[in-house]
Amino acid sequence: MAGAGGGGNDVQWCFSQVKGAIDDDVAEADIISTVEFNHSGELLATGDKGGRVVIFQQETENKSQPQCRSEYNVYSTFQSHEPEFDYLKSLEIEEKINKIRWLPQKNAAQFLLSTNDKTIKLWKISERDKRPEGYNLKEEDGRYRDAATITTLRVPVFRPMDLMVEASPRRVFANAHTYHINSISVNSDNETYLSADDLRVNLWHLEITDRSFNIVDIKPANMEELTEVITAAEFHPHQCNTFVYSSSKGTIRLCDMRASALCDKHSKLFEEPEDPSNRSFFSEIISSISDVKFSHNGRYMMTRDYLSVKIWDLNMENRPVETYQVHEYLRSKLCSLYENDCIFDKFECCWNGNDSVVMTGSYNNFFRMLDRSQRRDVTLEASRESCKPRQVLKPRRVCAGGKRKKDEISVDSLDFNKKILHTAWHPQENIIAVATTNNLYIFQEKVN
Amino acid sequence: MSSDNQDTETHSEQMDETQESQDTNSNPVRTEEAKLKAKYPNLGQKPGGSDFLMKRLQKGQKYFDSGDYNMAKAKMKNKQLPAAAGPDKNIVTGDHIPTPQDLPQRKSSLVTSKLAG
Repeated sequence: MAGAGGGGNDVQWCFSQVKGAIDDDVAEADIISTVEFNHSGELLATGDKGGRVVIFQQETENKSQPQCRSEYNVYSTFQSHEPEFDYLKSLEIEEKINKIRWLPQKNAAQFLLSTNDKTIKLWKISERDKRPEGYNLKEEDGRYRDAATITTLRVPVFRPMDLMVEASPRRVFANAHTYHINSISVNSDNETYLSADDLRVNLWHLEITDRSFNIVDIKPANMEELTEVITAAEFHPHQCNTFVYSSSKGTIRLCDMRASALCDKHSKLFEEPEDPSNRSFFSEIISSISDVKFSHNGRYMMTRDYLSVKIWDLNMENRPVETYQVHEYLRSKLCSLYENDCIFDKFECCWNGNDSVVMTGSYNNFFRMLDRSQRRDVTLEASRESCKPRQVLKPRRVCAGGKRKKDEISVDSLDFNKKILHTAWHPQENIIAVATTNNLYIFQEKVN
Repeated sequence: MSSDNQDTETHSEQMDETQESQDTNSNPVRTEEAKLKAKYPNLGQKPGGSDFLMKRLQKGQKYFDSGDYNMAKAKMKNKQLPAAAGPDKNIVTGDHIPTPQDLPQRKSSLVTSKLAG
């Protein structure tokens, strides 16, 4: 039912669309690096390793035909970032888009922030559906008319034309980050935003590009003493003074910008005490938080570490209120996952519209839906084999050991190159966007 | 199972751990840790410590020093320039004087994304 925003096991997910090339030969530039719905859910943006942004627009539903599902079609595409080389530091700057964040819509145009490792850009996406015709001094193709031939005066008029969507860079926020930007987050005040790299968080004003305020700095005086880095940061959805940042040691710090200009001292520290008997070489690595997201209602936040998703109540710092295992069967594979670097993969997570279900990706193109209200979970797969229109996705099961049942897949058969790192959930409806390496899948709730 | 025991006997300090995990099988992570230590006995004591984080902070480093390059060019004025490094274009450091040809091409994608196709 449209608008419910619920999901989980009473919802059946169906294939809707898939974008991208079918062939297995994936060019590096085509690797999808970020996926984000805008605030209304009408637009869906993707960024890739080649620095390109593709925006899809939901077609307006045909009310007389409720069976007809709204599809997402290409609306605009542009090159956001180009590769650069920092000659002073001998540093190659990748054009890969790390994050895209939409601004709430204020007028006819749409705005989004896109960032690579070093530079954030504000893009304006606007529509043009009419153009002036009937100039006196120019022909329709732009050539100047011979003044001698002009004998009458006419008033140019606007005539409709085929819709043209233009993307133009309105601001470039550069040179504020020594380390690699991992997050950007627009403030609820709609005037400022933050950008975070491994060691610092900066506050910007959307109108001002030549100044940025440093609000968190965890760089130690002696780099040898470095023990943790910032992995993600986000502003609270309603409180414009509050933001959180997560670390590679599994902690989350909540900061209040009213307390001081430099928020090195946290207001709250969220950390689950570790059972010392469980400590191993891998403990710290798998506790590193790869993503942190506030719930829409602003009362909770979700963190993703290598093996689990945790829901935290902002009023309780000493432990999460809920913990969900994403792929516990990987615990017995940590050695090989360390050797092939998969243990360092950064999975993202997202909430559904009413905060009742959360979603995150896994390997073998599996993704997990974790229903908080019903305490149930399901594993689904984004695959070319389930691409028939309105085909319902079958739950998948992984066999950790012992006898493999008929429909199960064994841990050793999982393809660790097929990772779903980026997923997004429509803010109001049960429509999800799931990115495999180079394809974007759109699934919708089954409508009877 | 018995063959595993024989292998680990050579690493005496790991034997206890492996035996323990084989006995109880309740801590798969310990088994994994033992496997890793067996393969890489010199792995740092502080896994999340400086080395690991430093590597993360230095992502994207390409070693090219224009000073070195120009000095080398000056010395080689009368000789042939060294041939470009072999297939391993990513490592241009140490004794080899990097040339612009060695660095990977940094061209932007002029092709439209396949998602838009």
